[in-house]
Amino acid sequence: MAHLATLTLLLPLLGFLLILVNGSRMSERAVGVVATSAVGLSFVFAVTSFVLLLHDSSREVTVHLFTWIDVGTLQIPAALLVDPLSITMTLFVTGISALIHLYSIGYMHGERDVRKFFLYLNLFVFSMLTLVLANTLVLTFVGWEGVGVCSYWLISYYFDRDSAASAGKKAFIYNRVGDAGMLLAMFLLFSHLHTLTYLTIFHRAGTLSPTIATLAVLALLLGATGKSAQIPLFNWLPDAMEGPTPVSALIHAATMVTAGVYLLVRMSPVLALSSSGRLTIAVIGGATAFVAATIATAQKDIKKVLAFSTVSQIGYMVLAVGSGAYAAAIFLMVAHAFYKALLFLGSGSVIHSLHGEQDMRRMGGLAKYLPWTYPTFLVAWLAIAGIPPFAGFWAKGDVLTNVYAYSKGLWIVGVLTAILTAYYMSRLFVLTFRGTERFREVTHGADPHESPWVMTVPLVVLAVLATLGGGLALPWIHGDSLAHFLAPTFGYVAPLAAASTAAQWALALVDVAAALLGLLVAFTIWRSIHESTRYERPFLEHVWHWDDAYDAVIGRPLTRAAQIANDVVEPRLIDGAVAGVAVAVRRSAEGVRKVQSGFVRHYALAMVLGLGVVVVYLVARVG
Amino acid sequence: MHSSLWLTVLLVVPVVGAAVAAVSRTRAYAVAVVTATIELILSLIVLVLYNAHIAGAHTLDFAGRWVLAAPLGLAYDVAVDGISVFMVVLTALVVWLALLGARERRREPAFVAWLLLLTAFTMGSFVAHDLFEFFIFFELTLVPSYFIIAQWGGRERSRAALKFFVYTFTGSAFLFVGTLYLGFAHQHQTGGALTFAYSALASTAMSHGTAVWLFVAFAIAFAVKSPIWPLHTWSPITYAEAPTAGSIEFSALLAKLGSYGLLRFAVGLFPLALPDMRPVVLTLAVIGIVYGSALACVTPDLKRLVAYSSVAQMGFITLGVMTGSKIAMVGAVLLMFNHGVITAGFFLIIGFLERRRGTATIRDLTGLQGPAPVLAALFTVVMLASIGLPGLSGFVSEYLILIGTFATHTWWAVVATLGVVLAALYLLWAYQRVFHGRAAEENATIADASGAERWVLVPVVILIVVLGVFPKPMLDRITPSVQQLIEHVAPAGVSK
Repeated sequence: MAHLATLTLLLPLLGFLLILVNGSRMSERAVGVVATSAVGLSFVFAVTSFVLLLHDSSREVTVHLFTWIDVGTLQIPAALLVDPLSITMTLFVTGISALIHLYSIGYMHGERDVRKFFLYLNLFVFSMLTLVLANTLVLTFVGWEGVGVCSYWLISYYFDRDSAASAGKKAFIYNRVGDAGMLLAMFLLFSHLHTLTYLTIFHRAGTLSPTIATLAVLALLLGATGKSAQIPLFNWLPDAMEGPTPVSALIHAATMVTAGVYLLVRMSPVLALSSSGRLTIAVIGGATAFVAATIATAQKDIKKVLAFSTVSQIGYMVLAVGSGAYAAAIFLMVAHAFYKALLFLGSGSVIHSLHGEQDMRRMGGLAKYLPWTYPTFLVAWLAIAGIPPFAGFWAKGDVLTNVYAYSKGLWIVGVLTAILTAYYMSRLFVLTFRGTERFREVTHGADPHESPWVMTVPLVVLAVLATLGGGLALPWIHGDSLAHFLAPTFGYVAPLAAASTAAQWALALVDVAAALLGLLVAFTIWRSIHESTRYERPFLEHVWHWDDAYDAVIGRPLTRAAQIANDVVEPRLIDGAVAGVAVAVRRSAEGVRKVQSGFVRHYALAMVLGLGVVVVYLVARVG
Repeated sequence: MHSSLWLTVLLVVPVVGAAVAAVSRTRAYAVAVVTATIELILSLIVLVLYNAHIAGAHTLDFAGRWVLAAPLGLAYDVAVDGISVFMVVLTALVVWLALLGARERRREPAFVAWLLLLTAFTMGSFVAHDLFEFFIFFELTLVPSYFIIAQWGGRERSRAALKFFVYTFTGSAFLFVGTLYLGFAHQHQTGGALTFAYSALASTAMSHGTAVWLFVAFAIAFAVKSPIWPLHTWSPITYAEAPTAGSIEFSALLAKLGSYGLLRFAVGLFPLALPDMRPVVLTLAVIGIVYGSALACVTPDLKRLVAYSSVAQMGFITLGVMTGSKIAMVGAVLLMFNHGVITAGFFLIIGFLERRRGTATIRDLTGLQGPAPVLAALFTVVMLASIGLPGLSGFVSEYLILIGTFATHTWWAVVATLGVVLAALYLLWAYQRVFHGRAAEENATIADASGAERWVLVPVVILIVVLGVFPKPMLDRITPSVQQLIEHVAPAGVSK
């Protein structure tokens, strides 16, 4: 068990090292195969660990690897915690990573630096597994920043493109702001609990005062908003679409961006101590879900729509966490990983077939040319829109039912967002696959062609998962559901039990009605047109002018301040003051001007002599 | 307890090497490299032999004391503890890297001789266990430094050399007065002979006011050297104008003399002053972190960028040295070493770029990752270590400093945490401008790192990765000595 979990973690690292050392002597294909099999094997070990954990009575296994930091009271082992939550994360992270690695072999074929691509990708999986398997906050932070730097590399993969380079930097900086939050959370918890090991934190959490608990929760939330692209740090994610599409699918949809949600769920025993902290989380999540959904309705780039959709869906997860529905958050995270990875890979297949075109105005009518991409994308679309029996219906329904029990106001926001979700996804679906063919200019008149099998197989697998994923936690099954499996790791259980079966049915009906409404409106509007200033508001297209506002309020003033420091403070004020002192000293020594010859050694001699006098005086005083 | 002879050999080898290099015309560089290699091996032997468990909590090893001139209080007194032993290794390592990596002046005997002498004096400062002896070595480092800048520097070398000299010399004037005062005060108290032995002076009784004034005198000298804001303005021009080997020595080594002095002598000898002076110095450190980072964002030159980044990093070190938290102090010592390795890496790579393009101006460099991917990758590793990416060396030290400081001085730690964000900002921005984008004209044809250039950076990268993943052996040696220092100053209320 312990060894299996360790192997699960280390295999992607092994793949990384192998490619790092030996990559230049391997063919591109071989590199792709090595990277994919490392992650694939890792998935196999994860499944085995999962099975063993099911038969472990305590369902909580700590694996000590080595002592990392040990100074006084600060003892940080490099150790893993295998429990239901971390194994669930490990399973879907390795599984989806393996599929996307396979897909990348086809997608990245013929690109520059393919070896480097797989190098980064394997390091990413290792970092992500470190993040979820760590048994201390600090080790989670190692993975947390590790995935951040891999994301930075992969976003600016086409580094000679300025937009890609800037997007990578932006992602890293925004994440760093969040990371500062996570650092502060660790400092705060350590200074009050004297430990950063999860289980010990949970054990001692009761001794935290409400204020400290709230501060810690807010700091954790800041960390989560950075990594999971939530308000106020969400707008790095759309820019991150500059990276290759498999990267968008893996890092910026399925796995890394959900790390914030994982962190909050992992820290649920601390969250339980602060109801105001949880309310803040819920409000941030609800607001992000809604705002991002409105923005998604007006984007023209297919990947941008998906990016804002991701922000919005993670908003739902954060809302669920705030409402105390941790199992629902994880359920949605897993389901979302299936259908959103599918959506991105499908869009990648579309982009691939159109020689890199991402603008939906130059798509349309692709259904008949892409026999695998089209039906699988259809599944993903219905899943995210919330149509039964696909996974999204169950997962989102689970979240909304819990939110209803927590706060009616937030529930209304959630339902509105559901309508918007169905609307923008249907718009995307119609503009891409239905309607008139507008891509001939891009393909120079040729028919688009379907992608090779390495790309379509992952699509099919994910489509099956997106269809059946709801089975993980059907509301009428209680014994063997995901929620039941995860329950022991949570510190606080939502008041869901209060909702009667009838109420649950009614809420489910509302969800379906919302989805159908969004679908209907989208089809009515977008069946015949492909752009419209009426339905694509500039305010929404420009992301509520969020970037401009940051630039005006933070970016420009700070740059100006730094420039003033460089031009005025440094040369005039600071250097000037020191020079002023020097001049004053020289003036006071006018009488001995003859001695000053301008040579350093004469200054030195004079100073030593002067000091001698001072010393004699001091000695006289002391004596 | 090991013989102090080891340390004496460490001091003598570079001096002999310098003398031989100076007289051998054509082989000077070879002599210097051999000397530096021997020195490095010797320092590693000292590190391996170093034993922290001598006579209970006493962590000094290799100690030996000879009084040279009793009436004047002059003595040769050396020892290392868990703090200085790593500074000794750093000294030997950095000069070795500087000689191998920055080879544009390799043929000049005078240059390598000065470099070796600088090594000897720096080494002397770190192993000195006598205040006056420390002062002499500390002061002597100025001479080779001055000549390295003034004779082999860039276009504005004479201005840079003068500024460097005036600043540091003025700073040491305060240290000189403070040292003599303390020695005489101690003699007056005991009525015995004049002595500057560290352990003797440490027990000098003094009034609170005296302690504050002496602390200030010492701190000014060390603040200039570190540099601590606002006494840093000599460093950007000096680092930028000095030859690469000089920039490496100054930023990686001489700066550590400042923080080491602050820890060992200012904090160690004047604990009474700490309650009053701590908030002042901590505030200056935090201002330095933010201010240095801000200027690093807008400065147009890579060498100046590293200089300002060092102001920020030295701010972190100062924070750790001054808080009085054991964890933060251990982190500060660790960061002294790590920052030395990291800045050496920075200046080596910038030196490589300068050799190719004749400039370190950011605007003149673009898209270098295309023609020089290996150089870019090496720069990335050093950059990420400096940003404090977990898994690399910079993180462990910064993390220890911040988490320790947070417990004793929360708000200073909170502001300093901002510096973590800013470091990413200025370094990634610089990286984008220099390495990303499309290379044109002269930039498009630059050669990637040569075999020799790669090899000289291998130890840097290895240290960055290994000390990030497995810092325990270092922590285990530093911690007892820091503990001892804290216990010594604790009666005056160092740790809360």
